[in-house]
Amino acid sequence: MEERGAALRQIVIPGEAVGGPGLKPGPGTFKSGDQILAAQLGVRTEHEGRVSIIPLNGRYIPQRGDAVVGEVTDLGPSHWLVDINAPYPAPLHATESPWRVEFGDTGRYLKVGDAILAFVLSVDEIKRIQLTMQDRDARKLNGGMLMEIAPTKVPRLIGKQGSMITMVKELTQTRIYVGQNGRIWIDGPEQGAAAAVRAIHFIEERAQAIGLTEAVRDLLEKETRGTGVSS
Amino acid sequence: MEDIEHIEKEMKLIDENGVRLDGRKFDQLRPIRIEAGVLKRADGSAYIEWGGNKVLAAVYGPREAHPRHIQDPARALVQCRYNMAPFSVSDRKRPGPDRRSVEISKVISEAFSSVVFKEQFPRTSVDIFIEVLQADAGTRCAGLTAASVALADAGVPMRDLVAACASGKIGGVVCLDLNKEEDNFGDADCPMAVVHGTGEIVLLQMDGHLTFDEFQKAMELSLGAADRLFELQRDALRRRYSVTLEEILRESPPPVAPPPEPEDRDFAPVEEPGPQDEAPPRDEDFGPEGI
Repeated sequence: MEERGAALRQIVIPGEAVGGPGLKPGPGTFKSGDQILAAQLGVRTEHEGRVSIIPLNGRYIPQRGDAVVGEVTDLGPSHWLVDINAPYPAPLHATESPWRVEFGDTGRYLKVGDAILAFVLSVDEIKRIQLTMQDRDARKLNGGMLMEIAPTKVPRLIGKQGSMITMVKELTQTRIYVGQNGRIWIDGPEQGAAAAVRAIHFIEERAQAIGLTEAVRDLLEKETRGTGVSS
Repeated sequence: MEDIEHIEKEMKLIDENGVRLDGRKFDQLRPIRIEAGVLKRADGSAYIEWGGNKVLAAVYGPREAHPRHIQDPARALVQCRYNMAPFSVSDRKRPGPDRRSVEISKVISEAFSSVVFKEQFPRTSVDIFIEVLQADAGTRCAGLTAASVALADAGVPMRDLVAACASGKIGGVVCLDLNKEEDNFGDADCPMAVVHGTGEIVLLQMDGHLTFDEFQKAMELSLGAADRLFELQRDALRRRYSVTLEEILRESPPPVAPPPEPEDRDFAPVEEPGPQDEAPPRDEDFGPEGI
């Protein structure tokens, strides 16, 4: 137990010392004199002389280039307001959409309640956000369903080079988009989508576990066996 | 009239041996238990039992501040609402904010706004809710201590944890953490909130009178208590997340025995970490993001 406990990552709390002189403070940390202290509850990591904290919990704060799954909440004559699960309003201007939108004609392309996959175009000092859909991968998401997980668990769900999410997609035969904001869009056969939802919740709950990819594979293979979803 | 005078004189809050009504010494805290992450809908939460006090704290945010005109373009707001349940005291408390709870909300939000990294989230607000379910003197300290755990649980970036404890004077003796009787019939009560790492004081109030020497003594007692409270806060936060880790370990099948056929598919066995499968550096888990 002792030995295996060590294999699990150590949890630090705000104000705890996570590094001394010679190290640089990374995200989730701050400097106080010679010491580097944690600013958030999370797991300490060190990479190339830089200490950072991977938070265990927290709200989504948009960053430039993030792929986000959003829901249209309001229309303007030349823009849409999109809810991206952030503390800030996120407008998508008509010129940043993939369509040629006449002034006042935004409702023809996206209506309130529509889901989109968009990218964060810019975030300024006072956190004003602009979205863009001028990207090959950006699109309106037709059909399917949305779910939400903690934004801090998104990297774990995606996995190394997208290994985890690719596996879930393949084993459940679904189409899945994961936004950095923790919103997930799933489309596919009913059985497969239900299995994917359970798998994603499983990953979210056990984000700290070691060998999670294999556990998820087992789970999905058991789920899809006999239902004819997986080949 | 005569009777009341009589009671107050006879009420011995602390005896010759320095033992208080509830059997504590002058420097002892009441029993305290803190639990983190008790509410599912809030971003962060904590529950504290401190002697007869039972207090829930919930934290939301950073989230969009409403109404819009209260937003600060340079930093986040830290808002707090301290509220006592109607059933928290022996006479029914008239529900809703009153002068006392508005004051406590203000001083607690000011205490936290000095530790939260507000500049990281301009135009937002961090909302702290403190609900007193049962009161037995010292609820603002209990609420603040719990709210600090809830803030950390919500993942709000902050400089340090804050803990609070009151000291006061009863029967001419400076004592730590007054209970209901001591608070009502004592000579002074002085709640204090301390930032753990730096020892900064972020909340200081006083009811009654203390001489300078007595105040120094009270401060010493409260600072000592804050250190003990910090340990309880830290343990509560660690426990909250290690529960899930222990579950994972428990579910791992023994190395030799064949894994039992799990009936419930929600609980698939987790792979035993093999020698080549040891904890990879965290960075590797978080590969380049794809869609």
